Amino acid sequence: MRTEDLIKALDADARNKAMPLRSAWWMATAVAAVIAAVVFWFTIGPRSDIMIAMHTMRFLSKFVFTIVLAGTAFALIHALSTPGASTGKAATWMAAAPLLVLVAVVLELFAVPEAQWGTRLVGSNMMICMGFIPLIGIGPLAIFLWMLRYGAPTRPVLAGAVAGLLAGGLAATFYAAHCVDDSPLFVATWYTVAIIILTALGALGGRLFVRW
Amino acid sequence: MTGKDEAELSRLLKAAIAGDERAYADFLHRTAVLVRGFARRKIVQGGVDPEDVVQETLLAIHVKRHTWRDDAPVLPWVFAIARFKLIDAFRRRGRRVEIEIDEIAETFAEPETETVSERDINRVLDSLPPAQRSVVSAVSVEGRSIGETAAKFGITETAVRVSLHRGLAAIARRFGRE
Repeated sequence: MRTEDLIKALDADARNKAMPLRSAWWMATAVAAVIAAVVFWFTIGPRSDIMIAMHTMRFLSKFVFTIVLAGTAFALIHALSTPGASTGKAATWMAAAPLLVLVAVVLELFAVPEAQWGTRLVGSNMMICMGFIPLIGIGPLAIFLWMLRYGAPTRPVLAGAVAGLLAGGLAATFYAAHCVDDSPLFVATWYTVAIIILTALGALGGRLFVRW
Repeated sequence: MTGKDEAELSRLLKAAIAGDERAYADFLHRTAVLVRGFARRKIVQGGVDPEDVVQETLLAIHVKRHTWRDDAPVLPWVFAIARFKLIDAFRRRGRRVEIEIDEIAETFAEPETETVSERDINRVLDSLPPAQRSVVSAVSVEGRSIGETAAKFGITETAVRVSLHRGLAAIARRFGRE
């Protein structure tokens, strides 16, 4: 088949249009959030003292970390799934969530006597944390990997890893409403481990499934 | 030259997305010339036929045109896809390739024409289900319109469009998977 002939076929198919990538990402993320919410609600649900907890800085700070992670990952994954789009600025913003956690950790170290550092870090929920963040995030991750196939990422493994970070940020936002360990020491350790699990799965998924 | 290409291609693709089929054909022709020049300059060792890369890139551009934002420049988008497909072509043939992205800026439209030889796309086309294969062949190689193709096979125009769309999508997917 000559290239001329191929162009004839492509032109004849011009009327067939797909949803613009940006709108598709918004929709997919909304669907992913609903799935995460349903899984969260039917498994662990919010903690019983959530109304009281909402008045504490430590509890609220968890949502700042997780929502900033999800928001920055969302911006980056959109750029990564668009060929030729510059990713530098969005990639730099990915440092925001870890930096916020770092600041909170330093503040916590000043606020809490050294003898309590260990118990705060270990907390009482670490296995649940490491199990449920990936569990809540696995459905959203599948949707995001499918979205990468819908897009055109020229770096599929990296894009898959960022899909894992986005799924992790989303899942951790829900999980944070359940978890009674509010210390930044706990969050910095176990949330990170849980989100890294999703990130690794995302990178693997990008390697295996994101072809176009 | 590149600035002129940018403005012109961007205008054509916008018109194409708005439903102007002639603008789309024009866009694809010009893009083919640019990508052909790019592929010929990058492929110096042989093993990969530049025209295969041109065809794969055009197919990818077609099935991924929803990833272009009409407020973003079109040339970086086109060359990012071309570069991805070129690397893919080398990878399939078990070669390593390193391409400098900066060189893309030096791309000029050269009045180059395609060479004729056995194409990867023919092999992929042969592997399609018969209904899709015959419709894609009729519209491309035989140069028939949608209406003529419908009359030839005694099916509706909608059925032709569906088969054509699925056939092209399948070809693009198979290139990605190989």
